[in-house]
Amino acid sequence: MAPLKRYSPLPGFSLAMGYTLVYLTLVVLIPLTAVGAKTMTLGWEAFWAAVGNPRVVASYQLSFGASLAAAAINVVFGMVFAWVLVRYRFPGKGLVDALVDLPFALPTAVAGIALATIYAENGPVGGVLRSFDIQIAYTPNGVLLALVFIGLPFVVRTVQPVLADLEKEVEEAAAALGASRGQTFIRVILPHIAPALLTGFAMAFARAVGEYGSVIFIAGNVPMVSEIAPLMIITKLEQYDYAGATAVASVMLIISFLLLLLINALQGRMQQRQTSEA
Amino acid sequence: MSASIALIPGNRQAYEAPSTREPIWVKGGLIAIALTFFAIFLLLPLATVFSEALRKGWGAYAAALIEDDAWSAIRLTVLAAAVAVPLNLVFGVAASWAIAKFEFAGKRVLITLIDLPFSVSPVISGLIYVLMFGAQGWFGPWLHAHDIKIVFALPGIVLATVFVTFPFVARELIPLMEAQGSEEEEAAVVLGASAWQMFRYTTLPSIKWGLLYGVILCNARAMGEFGAVSVVSGHIRGQTNTMPLHVEILYNEYNYAAAFAVASLLALLAIVTLGLKTLVERQTRRQTHEKSTLTGE
Amino acid sequence: MSIAIRNISKQFGAFKALDDVSIDIPSGELVALLGPSGCGKTTLLRIVAGLEYADRGQILLAGDDASDRHARDRQVGFVFQHYALFRHMSVFDNVAFGLRVKPRRHRPAESEIQRRVKHLLELVQLDWLANRYPTQLSGGQRQRIALARALAVEPKVLLLDEPFGALDAKVRKELRRWLRRLHDEIHVTSVFVTHDQEEALEVCDRVVLINKGKIEQIGTPESVYDHPATPFVANFLGSVNLFHGRVEEGQLHLGDHALALDKTAADADGKAVAFVRPHEFDLLPGAQAGGLPAKIVRIVAVGASARIELSEIDRSDGEVIEVTVARDLFRLLALAAGDVVSLRPRQIRVFQTPALAA
Repeated sequence: MAPLKRYSPLPGFSLAMGYTLVYLTLVVLIPLTAVGAKTMTLGWEAFWAAVGNPRVVASYQLSFGASLAAAAINVVFGMVFAWVLVRYRFPGKGLVDALVDLPFALPTAVAGIALATIYAENGPVGGVLRSFDIQIAYTPNGVLLALVFIGLPFVVRTVQPVLADLEKEVEEAAAALGASRGQTFIRVILPHIAPALLTGFAMAFARAVGEYGSVIFIAGNVPMVSEIAPLMIITKLEQYDYAGATAVASVMLIISFLLLLLINALQGRMQQRQTSEA
Repeated sequence: MSASIALIPGNRQAYEAPSTREPIWVKGGLIAIALTFFAIFLLLPLATVFSEALRKGWGAYAAALIEDDAWSAIRLTVLAAAVAVPLNLVFGVAASWAIAKFEFAGKRVLITLIDLPFSVSPVISGLIYVLMFGAQGWFGPWLHAHDIKIVFALPGIVLATVFVTFPFVARELIPLMEAQGSEEEEAAVVLGASAWQMFRYTTLPSIKWGLLYGVILCNARAMGEFGAVSVVSGHIRGQTNTMPLHVEILYNEYNYAAAFAVASLLALLAIVTLGLKTLVERQTRRQTHEKSTLTGE
Repeated sequence: MSIAIRNISKQFGAFKALDDVSIDIPSGELVALLGPSGCGKTTLLRIVAGLEYADRGQILLAGDDASDRHARDRQVGFVFQHYALFRHMSVFDNVAFGLRVKPRRHRPAESEIQRRVKHLLELVQLDWLANRYPTQLSGGQRQRIALARALAVEPKVLLLDEPFGALDAKVRKELRRWLRRLHDEIHVTSVFVTHDQEEALEVCDRVVLINKGKIEQIGTPESVYDHPATPFVANFLGSVNLFHGRVEEGQLHLGDHALALDKTAADADGKAVAFVRPHEFDLLPGAQAGGLPAKIVRIVAVGASARIELSEIDRSDGEVIEVTVARDLFRLLALAAGDVVSLRPRQIRVFQTPALAA
């Protein structure tokens, strides 16, 4: 049988590993099991009563639907950003490259009130759109918009390094073999960056499903229309309905874990491909 | 024209082979799309924060910041970050040392577990502490009997902040330390260095920029966290309000100028974070370049 | 300090890196571990250094069992393949590192450290680079600094992992000579790992040939080159022509042709592989008995010797026989492509291969 750990002359493994496991258990694992434990005490009936409530179902639909749409939009624009940043030179490129991460760095509440102000009916963009009869703030459109904002960096930052890694020779070889630029993109470049795109999509989706701060200000939170699932948890907590909040949360947690496993598997595959190529 | 440019050595970078170049309208179109998206989605919100903050002038701006409740929110935010960041810093270094420098069974599982808090909704991150320490929670009755308040008080805010910023430092360091390899540490050990000397003189200098970056990100998230803190805070003005929560309250009271004034401080923090990030990335790129020229890889 | 490697075995998962390896290295010797990549030689070196632990077996340093001693306490100098110089330290600080991290009571005074580092940098002829950083040095310079750093702690044993592997051919040759001279000067027991046979044969006192985790042969460069113990060694050291045939009554039969063998070359009849080095052939004009008839395909007459490529007349599989002859002799023979000659080996190494049925 293989040993649990390979010998290394470097010191500190037991200490580092011990500390890591204890801290991880205390801060993350035990608290997370609290959700599971609490859900177990509910019983099916109470669980379904909470999760199957039409208002909750509507919030799930909005959260997952808008998150999927936002992640899909991010794949398109994220790829454009990554492409432009890797391949072209243009004025302001450094600034664009630095600010792509703004949704990571900007506190969500700040993003939330800023977006709400811009897209409100009397806001700079919302006002313009209103004349075309398009309403964004306080509708599901607002939720989608905020989720697009929050998810953009995920796709850009996973695709960018992979695209930069693609050797020019490969494209030149395709061109020399008679492929048009479009064919080269679809048959050579796209397959190369597809795993990264998929990873970025999954990450953006996972983040969007759980997002709270940047959404609630612009969503308007109209029951059955523009309430997101995390808001339902808060609402139930404010009514001291801990059981209901936990039930709603447990469904989200399970989906998050599945997504995390998927992302990890995708990243593992990406790494494998890169190392086998190198 | 371009063919003659290609013949001049040293000018090759500027020259792109026509075979792998898009038509000018495609290139221009893509750049235009990216810049438009950039302006509407990234620049405009940032600009809005500052213009709204200053809408009523510098006087109102300053007044919103030095007002008592705002001031106590700033103090609480700094305090929560001052506890959470060092805790996760120590954890991050320990975890990345164990993971990057040693081979052991279950490594991938451990990395996945460390990533967990990233994929948990902030609201749920707060909820878990309510379930543990809240009035109806596991330790609720015991805490109540001993008159210890965790949820809706400072300890709850700190715990939630620790949870949501948990993976940041480890996440930055693990790939960096894996890429660095262990040869320098082994050289130090063979030369007789103690564990601390090895870490202090070989590991730390090679990871310092990545470490700094991890701390910066960790801090930005710690100070900016909204959802998780919102659940455990109790929203008591002047007592359990962090800056993002204070922004929310002011905004919901239609006190937009004041809300954006406090928000502008957080936006400044984000800008500083991104600036430092760009700087750090440049440093690590230089370091990895040096590393690759050193090993001839 | 002498090194004794006793019955060392090491396994990585299902892969047997080392299989019951034993070597004795007397004090002051310079030994090369030679073998193809992945043969286990680097693993063995790391086990001697304490950077890796063996599954079974012992490492004795100066007669004492050091198997459980930590790398820190083995008093070995280790030169890493990619040098592992501390990037953020100057050349001087790199070399001084081992002295500065000594426990306070063993640590020399700073002035003594300065003196010793200066002396070491002079020894490796790079004292003028003391304030540079590793990235500002060439590959050969980094190599010498790595060596100076390893020597600073006055190790009893010096271990070098592919020390010249990452350098270009010319620098490599220079450093090889320089390492030999250095060793003659300081006489520290040294082991170095290489996959380059020329390097091993030229520099060291003894060569240990390793293949697939096992020792094939140990001996001086001359003895392993002239008297390879196994087909692997014959094949690995220098270029060589390989023939498949049968040994019968003291002769090697290749198809219809028979070549005479030394009395000592083979002791039993049967299938065999035979090795002949390119410079160990006599060329006789035309087809003659007791020789192998072959047709000249190509001649490269550049340098001190001429290289002649031939193909066996009776074989059409395109297998090329390589023969080298001195330029003077080549001129006398007046050979041209297309000529038929008889090859008569002066020396044949025969290995009987009952297992090699095909």
